[in-house]
Amino acid sequence: MDAALFWEMVIKALILIFVLLTGFAYLTYYERRGLARIQSRVGPNRAGPAGLLQPVADAVKLIFKEEFTPAQAYKAVFILAPILTVVPAILITATVPWGGTLNIGGREVSLVIADINVGVIYIMSVASIAVYGVVLGGWASNNKYSMLGGMRASAQMVSYELALGLSFVGAVLLADTMNMGDLVKAQMEGGWLVLWQPVGAIVFFIATLAELNRAPFDMPEAEQELSAGYNVEYSGMKFALFFMAEYTKMISISAIIATLFLGGYDGPFVEQTPLLGPLYMFLKIFILLFFMIWIRASFPRLRYDRLMAFGWKILLPLSLVLVFITATGILLEMQWLIPVLSLVAGFIAVQSINLSLRRKANAR
Amino acid sequence: MTVNLVLFLILATVAVISALGMLLSRNTVYSALFLVLNFATVAVFYLLLGAPFIAITQVTVYAGAIMVLFIFVIMLLGADPLPEGNTLPWQKWLAVGLAVILAVEGTFLISTQKAAGIISSPAADAGNPKLIGQLLFSEYVLPFEATSILLLVAMVGAIVLTSRKKGEER
Repeated sequence: MDAALFWEMVIKALILIFVLLTGFAYLTYYERRGLARIQSRVGPNRAGPAGLLQPVADAVKLIFKEEFTPAQAYKAVFILAPILTVVPAILITATVPWGGTLNIGGREVSLVIADINVGVIYIMSVASIAVYGVVLGGWASNNKYSMLGGMRASAQMVSYELALGLSFVGAVLLADTMNMGDLVKAQMEGGWLVLWQPVGAIVFFIATLAELNRAPFDMPEAEQELSAGYNVEYSGMKFALFFMAEYTKMISISAIIATLFLGGYDGPFVEQTPLLGPLYMFLKIFILLFFMIWIRASFPRLRYDRLMAFGWKILLPLSLVLVFITATGILLEMQWLIPVLSLVAGFIAVQSINLSLRRKANAR
Repeated sequence: MTVNLVLFLILATVAVISALGMLLSRNTVYSALFLVLNFATVAVFYLLLGAPFIAITQVTVYAGAIMVLFIFVIMLLGADPLPEGNTLPWQKWLAVGLAVILAVEGTFLISTQKAAGIISSPAADAGNPKLIGQLLFSEYVLPFEATSILLLVAMVGAIVLTSRKKGEER
């Protein structure tokens, strides 16, 4: 590996980390302002113009807060757990392409850090590592409530990982590649995958919400009824790290959804001016983040048994059927079959939820 | 020294230390965590050998799925530290005997240069997931399906053992 390539990698990685961490800070501001608008409030508007310095004030507050470690906690793991949650949240974006190739001073710079041919499985593997932070955080606190919270959270994450992985398969089959860059190129030629596999994209979005512990699947952080969860004993900066992981992951996962189903950096005139690529990417992430905030404002939290039943009895069979439909459509060379049949499957899934809820209501 | 050799030496140290930590730790959760570290190091070994697909599968399957379930079970059963002292007195001698056999075998292989040939020339396309998939579903389809049936049997067995008949007390 020559030195220039090495430094190119380092600089790209540093820029990405900087963008993600600043993005995390301003995502909290975006969410609070967005939620406030939806609930006809004002939201944070004191610190700086229009409250723009609020994230800075929050950071300063959290850094200077007293950090408290329970006497009976397993110290090493207690410190390790928040780190293990944050690192995968940042690492997961390594294979996401942010644009085509730029020409900077006669040097071709591709806007992706790791252009590997197993990019999609890499995302799966990093996502599966993220469970450790939650489970270990709950255990290391040596507190029954946080332990139960950690178990609950990790059971949820492991369950929804199945639907997540299977919706990856649909995208991979349609694009015929596991390289994220080639996935985007395939979508530039053959149309965005959300058009070919609309239900798959929705299943993926729902599964990522559960994986992120976002509302309405925010059981791990149910402050009101379940005394939070794995993070009860955490305070100060360590507590902030858990939230940093959640918000950073929101950005990373939005980037992944955009790449897999919404054409990545694809958009009008992107082939002539590659600088537009990152801009389209940010725009798509911004819209997806708004969807996440909107969902949080609109839906109540799911009950835990319903949440697990939804994951195992609805999402998993549905995503299996979607994989089957996609593979059949490709094998028969009838691409138009895929969106039609998957919409039918999605409709059946929604109907079955509707019927089972109605049956329960009648039984009462 | 090449970069690869330096990387290999660092990784080998981490791998050996994490393996020792897993064996010697008295706390089962720490043992499990050392094992996760060991799996991750082995995954990086695969990367060094030019097999990213196997490396990432190693992380997903072992570190991401199997060990999470291990830690689950350990925590559910209570992660009390093991008591001091040996429970199986003959175990130590058996372990020493097996270790000696392994050491002799390893020395024999290295001295006859049979192992070196395997490591120094990884297949050029070992990292291509498409080729691996094609091989898995053509040449190795029988072992692949046999494994899937084995896993299915285990799954059905677990469900049968844990399920209760209707009306039965918990």
